[in-house]
Amino acid sequence: MSRLAEEFLIAAAQKSADLTHRATIKRNVDSYDTAVAKGKLRFADWEAARTYAARVKGEAVSNLAPLLEEFERKIVARGGHVYWAETADDARQYICDVARKNNVKTVVKSKSMVTEEIHLLPALEKLGIKVWETDLGELIVQLRNEPPYHIVTPAMHLTREQIRDLFQQKLPDDMNGESHQELVAAARRFLRRAFFAAEMGISGANFLVADAGMVAISTNEGNGRLTTSLPRVHVVVTGIEKVIPRLEDLGVLWPVLATSGTGQPITTYSTLIGGPRAEGEVDGPEEFHVVLLDNGRTEVLADEEQQELLRCIRCGACLNKCPVYRSVGGHAFNTTYPGPIGSALTPIVNGMKDWGHLSYACSLCTACDSVCPVKIKLSGHLLENRRKYVSEGDAKTSEKVGFSVFRWATAGPRRFALLGWFGRKITRAALAIGMSPHALGPLASWTKYRAMPDVPKDSFRALWEKNDGNF
Amino acid sequence: MKVALFVPCFVDQLQPQVGVDTVKVLRRIGCEVLYPEDQTCCGQPGFNTGQWDAARPCAERFVRVFRDFEWIVCPSGSCTSMVRTHYPELLKASRWNDDVVAVGKRVFELSQFLVKVANVTDVGAEFPHTVTYHASCHATRELGIYDEPIALLKNVAGLELREMPNENECCGFGGMFATKFGMVSAAMGDVKAGNVEATGAQYVTAVDPSCLMHLDGVLRFKNRTPKAIHIASILASRAEAR
Ligand code: SF4
Repeated sequence: MSRLAEEFLIAAAQKSADLTHRATIKRNVDSYDTAVAKGKLRFADWEAARTYAARVKGEAVSNLAPLLEEFERKIVARGGHVYWAETADDARQYICDVARKNNVKTVVKSKSMVTEEIHLLPALEKLGIKVWETDLGELIVQLRNEPPYHIVTPAMHLTREQIRDLFQQKLPDDMNGESHQELVAAARRFLRRAFFAAEMGISGANFLVADAGMVAISTNEGNGRLTTSLPRVHVVVTGIEKVIPRLEDLGVLWPVLATSGTGQPITTYSTLIGGPRAEGEVDGPEEFHVVLLDNGRTEVLADEEQQELLRCIRCGACLNKCPVYRSVGGHAFNTTYPGPIGSALTPIVNGMKDWGHLSYACSLCTACDSVCPVKIKLSGHLLENRRKYVSEGDAKTSEKVGFSVFRWATAGPRRFALLGWFGRKITRAALAIGMSPHALGPLASWTKYRAMPDVPKDSFRALWEKNDGNF
Repeated sequence: MKVALFVPCFVDQLQPQVGVDTVKVLRRIGCEVLYPEDQTCCGQPGFNTGQWDAARPCAERFVRVFRDFEWIVCPSGSCTSMVRTHYPELLKASRWNDDVVAVGKRVFELSQFLVKVANVTDVGAEFPHTVTYHASCHATRELGIYDEPIALLKNVAGLELREMPNENECCGFGGMFATKFGMVSAAMGDVKAGNVEATGAQYVTAVDPSCLMHLDGVLRFKNRTPKAIHIASILASRAEAR
C-alpha cells in the first residue's frame, strides 16, 4: 500500500467517525440537494439540457487544439497574451515573471481550482507578494491555512460559529457583530482595501469561448468582477479543457452549471472578458494574460476510453451526491479535486501507484453518474482505473492470491460447492467453540463494524439437491 | 413459463433461504423452475475490483450455461445488472460476443420478472408487518427497477409500506469496498440504518441480498430494532407459515 493510501485510510476512518463533521456536511449538502432539485424543474427538459451540454463539451474535447488556437488568435488580436503551460511549474513561473515585471506587491485572486492545482499562492508569497482570496469561502479557508474542502463551496465543512470565531481572531478591526450579514460585511470591508491595493488580479475561467475569443467567469459575490477589472494586470489561469466552440453554447452551459452546482438559475454575476482595456473603455486591466494549463490533461486526452473526463465543468454535483464524500469529507482525499471526479482523474494524472486507492474508495453506487450535467460515467472510469491498477501489478498480494482461489473455484460448480462447504464448516465450527469472528482472518474487517451474518449449514445448491428442487 | 434460476454465489452460500423463497414465489405464479447445475458466480467481485481476468471466465460460463433459456431470473439486482450492464464490456473481445447481449436481455431481477414479464403484481402473499423499502443502487439506477417491487409490496396482505428518507442513497456495502474501507462503509450503513429507523418500520426490504446482508449486519451490531428481509421472503410468506 502506498503511503498516500495509508494516510487516506486513516483520515477517512477518522472523519467518518466524526459525528459533528457528518452533521455539518449533511446540513449543507441537504440544502443544496433541495435547491438543485427545485432548480432542475425550471428547465422544460433537464435531460435534454444535459444531452446538449454533454454533446458540446464532447465536441470541444475532440477538437481541443483548433478551438484553443482560435481562442488564442482572438485574444492576441485584442492585445492580450496567451501562454501555453505544459506543467504546473511552467505556469507558476510565467505568472511569477509577470508579477515581477510589473513590480506587484499585492494580488487579489478570485476563485480558481487551477491555482490550487499548481500551488500558485506559496510561489507568489515566496517572492514577497501578498495574495488575498476574495471569494468568501476561499478567504475563510485561506485564513484557516487549509485547502478548499469542496470545488464549489470551499468552506462547506464549517459552521457559522466557527467562521465567527475565525473572523474575530483574524479580522478583529472589521467585525461589527455576529449575524450572518455582519460576517459577510466584515469580509467585504476587509476585501475592499485589498481590491484597491492590488496591482494584479488572478482569476480562473469557467469556459473559454473559441468563436468569440472570450473568457467566461461565473461568480456569486461580485468579487470576480473586481478582481478582473480593478487591478492594472489581470491573469487568467485555466485548464485547456475549458474551451467550448460557440458563444451561443453558454446559453445552456451557464444555467446547467449554476443549476447543478447550487440550484441557481444562473450565477449572480456572469462575466465575459476578451482582452485588456481597449481605447475609450473606462475600466479593465492594462495588461491581460491567459495561461492555458496542460499539466497532464493531454495524457487524459490521449486515452480514448477516458478522455470524456475532460468534459467536466467542475460543478461539484458529483461531490454533493457522493455518499463517500459525504462521509469522509473533502480533505481526506488529499487532492485538489476531491470526490468522484477527483478519484477518477487524479490516478490518471498523478500516477496509479500512488493514487490508485482513490479509485477503490467508492461503493459504485452510481449516484454521481446520475447527476453529472455533462453525463460523464464516473463509475465506469473508476472501474477502468481499477482494471489498470491491477494490470499494472499494483494490487495487494493477499488480493492476488484471493482472486486466484476465486478463479479456481468459479471454474466449476463442484469446486465452488466444495470451497463454500469448507468455508462455512470451519466458520461454524470456530463460532461454535466460542471463537470471536474477529479472529477469523478476512472476516475481521467485516465484523469490526458489523454483526456476522448467520452461516447456514447447507448451501442453496445442497438444499436443492437434497429436496430434488421441491421446497 | 419455464424459468432458469440464477442463484448468486453469496445467496448460495450465506442466504440459501432467499433462493428457496424465490423458487416458491415463481412456482406459485405457475412457473416451472430449473436450476442449471453448472452455474457458479456472475463474476462481479472480480470485475469490480479490477480483476477482469478472474471475472471473465465467470462471465463466459454464465453465458454458456444460460444462453439456451428463454427467461433467467435472479433474486439480486446487482448481479442482474452485472450481466446486463457490464458483460458487453467485459466480454468485448470474446467468442461469446454475440450471445452476451442476447442473454443480458433475458436476465431479470425477480420483482422485475414478476411484474414486467409475468404480469403479476399480486402473488398472494401475506405479511402483517410494517416494512420500508431500500431502493438499492444498481437495481434503481442501472436497471431502473423501482415501481415493480413497490407494486408487489403494496399487494401483500397485511403489509404496511412506509417510505424511507433518501431511499435511494447507498447502504455502503459495495462489495470489497465494505472490507477495504470498513469504517467508511459502516458509517454509510449507519446513515441508512438511521433512515430505516426513522420510518418506525419493523422490517427493511430490498431486491438486493448483498445490501440486506450489510444492513442486517449494521442493524444487529448496534442492537437496533428493524430487521432486514429480502423481498422474495416477504413475497413467499403466507399467513399459516408465520
Ligand atoms: S464530473 Fe460532472 S458532476 Fe462532477 S464536477 Fe464534473 S461536471 Fe460536475
